[in-house]
Amino acid sequence: MKEHVSHNIDRGEVVIHVRNLIKSFGDMHVLRGIDLDLFKRENLVVLGRSGTGKSVLIKIISGLLKQDSGIVDVLGEDVNSLRGRDLDQLRLKIGFSFQNSALYDSMTIRKNLEFPLVRNMRNLTRTEINRSVESVLDAVGLLQSINQMPSELSGGQRKRIGIARTLILRPEIMLYDEPTAGLDPITCIEINNLINQVQEQYHTSSIIITHDLTCARQTGDRIVMLLDGQFKRQGTFDEVFDTDDERVKTFYNYNFLNNEQI
Amino acid sequence: MDQIENPAKAPKPVVTRKLDKFFLTLYEITGFISRFFKEAFLPPFEFKETIRQCYQVGYRSLALITMTGFITGLVFTKQSRPSLENFGAVSWLPGLISIAIVRALAPLVTALIAAGKVGSNIGAELGSMKVTEQIDAMEVSATNPFKFLVVTRVLATTFMIPILAMYTGFVGLIGSFINVNQNEQTSLATFFEGVFSSISFLDIFSSLIKSILFGFTIGIVGCYQGYHSEKGTEGVGKAANTAVVASMFLIFIEETIVVQIVAAIR
Repeated sequence: MKEHVSHNIDRGEVVIHVRNLIKSFGDMHVLRGIDLDLFKRENLVVLGRSGTGKSVLIKIISGLLKQDSGIVDVLGEDVNSLRGRDLDQLRLKIGFSFQNSALYDSMTIRKNLEFPLVRNMRNLTRTEINRSVESVLDAVGLLQSINQMPSELSGGQRKRIGIARTLILRPEIMLYDEPTAGLDPITCIEINNLINQVQEQYHTSSIIITHDLTCARQTGDRIVMLLDGQFKRQGTFDEVFDTDDERVKTFYNYNFLNNEQI
Repeated sequence: MDQIENPAKAPKPVVTRKLDKFFLTLYEITGFISRFFKEAFLPPFEFKETIRQCYQVGYRSLALITMTGFITGLVFTKQSRPSLENFGAVSWLPGLISIAIVRALAPLVTALIAAGKVGSNIGAELGSMKVTEQIDAMEVSATNPFKFLVVTRVLATTFMIPILAMYTGFVGLIGSFINVNQNEQTSLATFFEGVFSSISFLDIFSSLIKSILFGFTIGIVGCYQGYHSEKGTEGVGKAANTAVVASMFLIFIEETIVVQIVAAIR
């Protein structure tokens, strides 16, 4: 269970405000009226089965996808109405950690980390850039990999570098898309600890998209469960799973009990 | 997620669906090209990346282009000789070869080689970046991926293909000279005198325009296919393949159109 941080959450300040969010792809109605508030310095876990629209939600929040209807305010800005430089300015405050890390294959780790920095802070000196790169690599424990290519790293290391690349711009909000997908249990725990460490060290507010209950339990200050395109359950880990809803119980059982039974 | 079906909605006939898809793709391509022109002239400019792409397109294709151009010139001269010999007109070889190389072969051979090597590379690279969310990653880090990936590559092919075509022409003429020199002991100066007396400014100019057009086509088709690639690794392969096939098809169409226009001017 997550043991710390909750006392630091500022319940008075909402950094992401979503109301009645609807998104469809053709005849597929993915999100059917999502309401969500993310508080400052809170880790919010969005749980749900694969294909339920969890990633779609954070892609709408970051402006990668447009909603069909509904309100999405991030740090007081209506994401849907922002264009060009205004949207870029907002995006500098949002870090997005992709499911497959999305590291640039043709660049070394150093170049990967420098990429957002040199493009958005053009007056930085070489020394300042190097210092920033080394600082975030040190924060994720991979300073020794600075001159390696992404293809030379393991899945867990790539995840860490992906997180480091988002941290280099010092975002206020972190969006994690399936941070532990495809990793072994020990690496999963390391990534979960890193997510908590980022929250502590960088004072970020985060949305963590996952179907991994261990990740949800270790990182979430609050958990919401996405079922049928809506948030049906909300609360702490124990509150969410204290229910007779068969779909929720099945989800829990498959994560924690069935390992022995299968 | 539910699939809501409308029983009253009958599926469209195949022809209608294909026509819909064709016009939709045409609309998307038009939008893509307009966006290129808009982004290409708006700051910030990605000079460093454009130069890196020019290096990739130009220098990396040089060995293949050299070999192809040289062999084209040499073989074309060798194959043309018997026909001219029958009329005792072997001395016309430099003129004939120069017209063939400068007007058609150099831009066409360069463009076809580049469509295969550069076009497929662009399609596969951008396609792979798209399916692994690297393009999304650029976008969320407040970098314009269209400007960084598409504009730089299209500019690079548009600049470099004409240069490569000129180089192919030169290497092709050298190949031709070697054959002529072996058979007729013609000097380099005499050979090139025959070459330059046969070609006009319009030949060089139309060849240059064609190469620019071919370069732009290779870049924009490769980028469009890669940028809109989907369905995982299968989509990447398809993007690379379609980039080559569509580029080659368009190059031949453009060649035909430009030849007609130049013939009308001439």
